[in-house]
Amino acid sequence: MAGMSAPPANPLAKNPMGGGAPPMAPQAAPRYHPWDDAALVATLFAVDPSGVGGVCLRALPGPVRDQWLADTRELLPHDMHRRKIPLHVTDGRLLGGLDLTATLRAGRPVAEHGLLAEAHGGVVELAMAERVRGSPVSYLCAALDTGEVVLERDGIALRSPARLGVIALDEGSNEDEQVADALLDRLAFLVDLSPIGVRDMGDLPYSAADIGAARDRLPAVTISEAQVSAICETALALGIYSLRAALHAVHAARIAAALDGDPEVTDGQVNLAARLVMAPRATQMPYVPPEREPEPPPPEPPPPDQDQGESDQNQEERKDPLADQVLEAAKAAIPQDLLDRLRLGQLRRAKVRSTGKSGQVQQANMRGRPAGVRRGDLRPGDRLNLIETLRAAAPWQRVRRAERERGQAVATPVKRKGRKAAAPAMPRVEVRKDDFRIQKYKHRSETTAIFVVDASGSSALHRLGEAKGAVELLLADCYVRRDRVALVAFRGKEAELLLPPTRSLVRTKRCLADLPGGGGTPLASGIETGLALADAVKRRGGTPLLVILTDGRANVARNGQGGRPQATEEALTCSRLVRASGVAAMVVDTSNHPHPQAKALAEAMDATYMPLPHADAGRLNAAVKAKAGI
Amino acid sequence: MPVPFPFSAIVGQEEMKLALLIGAVDSRIGGVLVFGDRGTGKSTAIRALAALLPKMKVVADCRYGCDPEAEEGVLCAECRGNRSETPFKTKQVPVPVVDLPLGATEDRVIGALDLEMALTRGEKAFEPGLLARAHRGFLYIDEVNLLEDHLVDALLDVAASGENLVEREGLSVRHPARFVLIGSGNPEEGELRPQLLDRFGLSVEVRTPQDLQTRVQVVRLRDEYERDPSAFAEKWKRKDAKVRKRITDAQALLPEIEVNDLALEQAARLCMALGTDGLRGELTLIRACRALAALEGDKSVEVKHLRRLAPPALRHRLRRDPLDESGSTARVDRVVQELFPA
Repeated sequence: MAGMSAPPANPLAKNPMGGGAPPMAPQAAPRYHPWDDAALVATLFAVDPSGVGGVCLRALPGPVRDQWLADTRELLPHDMHRRKIPLHVTDGRLLGGLDLTATLRAGRPVAEHGLLAEAHGGVVELAMAERVRGSPVSYLCAALDTGEVVLERDGIALRSPARLGVIALDEGSNEDEQVADALLDRLAFLVDLSPIGVRDMGDLPYSAADIGAARDRLPAVTISEAQVSAICETALALGIYSLRAALHAVHAARIAAALDGDPEVTDGQVNLAARLVMAPRATQMPYVPPEREPEPPPPEPPPPDQDQGESDQNQEERKDPLADQVLEAAKAAIPQDLLDRLRLGQLRRAKVRSTGKSGQVQQANMRGRPAGVRRGDLRPGDRLNLIETLRAAAPWQRVRRAERERGQAVATPVKRKGRKAAAPAMPRVEVRKDDFRIQKYKHRSETTAIFVVDASGSSALHRLGEAKGAVELLLADCYVRRDRVALVAFRGKEAELLLPPTRSLVRTKRCLADLPGGGGTPLASGIETGLALADAVKRRGGTPLLVILTDGRANVARNGQGGRPQATEEALTCSRLVRASGVAAMVVDTSNHPHPQAKALAEAMDATYMPLPHADAGRLNAAVKAKAGI
Repeated sequence: MPVPFPFSAIVGQEEMKLALLIGAVDSRIGGVLVFGDRGTGKSTAIRALAALLPKMKVVADCRYGCDPEAEEGVLCAECRGNRSETPFKTKQVPVPVVDLPLGATEDRVIGALDLEMALTRGEKAFEPGLLARAHRGFLYIDEVNLLEDHLVDALLDVAASGENLVEREGLSVRHPARFVLIGSGNPEEGELRPQLLDRFGLSVEVRTPQDLQTRVQVVRLRDEYERDPSAFAEKWKRKDAKVRKRITDAQALLPEIEVNDLALEQAARLCMALGTDGLRGELTLIRACRALAALEGDKSVEVKHLRRLAPPALRHRLRRDPLDESGSTARVDRVVQELFPA
């Protein structure tokens, strides 16, 4: 317990881990700061980086984050491996693969380690973690789970240890930009540095020596059953269902005890662990309990027109099974291939719009998923598939060597450039132009269908049922094509992003079922929110598709004030923005009879217009068929 | 390699454990799909199973691990050639449980030209891939729902035919590749392609346990394991050995399990009532029931087996309404209740 028998100057006087004596002399910790918790997290993490998985650090780049990172580095052993993973890391670099230079020099395949294996026993920093999706996340998770990297690529099979801790640098600025859930689940600590100012920062409560001592003590620290039980109970109460969170908390409590030199975890340390590990999850997890709001009365000032009576009446209808019936009716009324058609129209549109933008087209060579190779000349923008090129060259090596030795070598285009004269040494592997294999990419930009649903009172609640039915039917379509879907609803004073883009139908379905109706119609806000999301999708390389379900009768402006003329004007302005942005859109008119306002809206955004007439499946079908040619 | 978590120390998740055991007893059930919440021990269970499986007999120097007692059609070309001369030399090896890591490239999965041989000696040789290594064992794909489509296609083809045919880089190789496909994943991160779904024999849904006692127990055991994996494994060794014995006993018993006409008829009625497409569901159900009977030490397939395995064998084969969330499990349960009232 060397680190513990410290002079009074030791910040332990504050008793940050909550062990033993009642906390803090007043002069030691005059105020409670979030920085103190952040510093504690740094300490706990430094004791056992791979044990706790890591830290998700939500903060913009700046002095506070720099200080936290510097402090953490200070606490970690100095010989520890530290690697930074940039946003656009390739799979090969992350996992390892064929070391081309060494392979060519040696004349046989030579493997090289990737970043994860290089960081074994240490820490990786994941830059712009909120934007990392897909395979890098899976690789990190696999390494965190198993403590090793298994490589099966480029003709190499390699298994290397990779026990590491992750610092995910989350620079997300809003709720829909978040670190991937799968990764978040495996990191013990979520720290938000954004409320901390430069002046709030203080010293670290422990020194590197304390941490080294704690690391040695950690394996012997025990935790009682009652404490484990308390942690599990807290997790349940906070709605944290992943068992990993509870495991993280148990581990964090043990580390805290090790730091304080306690052989058994104290209740104070359990509290600390619960605060650091579980509290952020309870607030950050967007878990929606099934019975969220029983049935809120429309609290907003009801729209000052005839819709009001209708909305009240429907308040009651919602309770009976009518909604289900209407849903069924709507399902039958909507043609299965609606999205297909829209996509077709959209493709055509994209073609027209992309004239002259050659940059975009050229990029397509490099994006998407690898889809085989072709032989041929290497043109700018192409990417050589090295491994396939080597494979192509391999069978000829003996022949070519013999040819060259006989002194009647056919010129070797690759080696001609100057170097041949200077270096008479023969290359081990002779690659010729014919061997070039160029990677082909299949660029299938992922479609994200963004449903913007009018849940206002004017959209009459049973119409909302139909709208839901419509969305569900289109969802089935999305499911087959593995598109992603997102859900925006607007009612009352504002629009709300209910579901960020996801491929999970289960979540979408749940979200949709919970969607309450009633209140004003802030149509402009709805379109605006949908468009913002569409832009975000585009930025990530996806193809957005806006599907707006409304009756078009806007009556709440973007500032939340009632007023039909202004609301309508704003809705039309937003619609024109949609047109300008080039996002494919479609308006499904949910009013009882096709309404000119919804149609005007569709025209303003250059969208496909689709009325959803009441229980007249045949007519709608015919109408859509007639429109098929657009 | 790290010491895996012992199979017998996994708390709850009975359906998943049973499905894995059935796959271990009879590899022809066509794979197990484990779908569910994060942090429910999906991967843990599969890695635990790997550590537990009894050894198997292989032809001594066969690179594909051919079964010395197999019929001719299931042998690799080399073994087929050697077959007539003398009885094979054999050896015991662990049952392979091969990880198909995300990011695996096609050449490593199906096999490709051996680069080293080609570059250094100018010889054209085949370097077997993961499919060859998984022959007679398990091929495990974590996050199967995130696997790239072109790999899934290759896998499906081989899983269905039981042999891997490689035609690339001037190679033409055919070798047996019979394996139990085990896939796991979290539906929140993406659904599985419908075509792949049907290829799995059994599908299991795992949920995070909701009751406090179970959760506490899970956390406690896991914590104990993480503090000292070797000591923990040692503690559970005997229980694991029991499970292993159960598997070997069942494997021996399997050929003797009877399936009478009544059981066949009941399985058929079940499938008809559920409207499953094709015969695959029925076949799998009966096969899985035989394995279950063998595991339980019963002599023949009975209603209790059908009742227990109907959900995992059939729930993913119902004509799928992707939006019907209460879903397939409830539908299967209902029909089972109707046909075989308890």
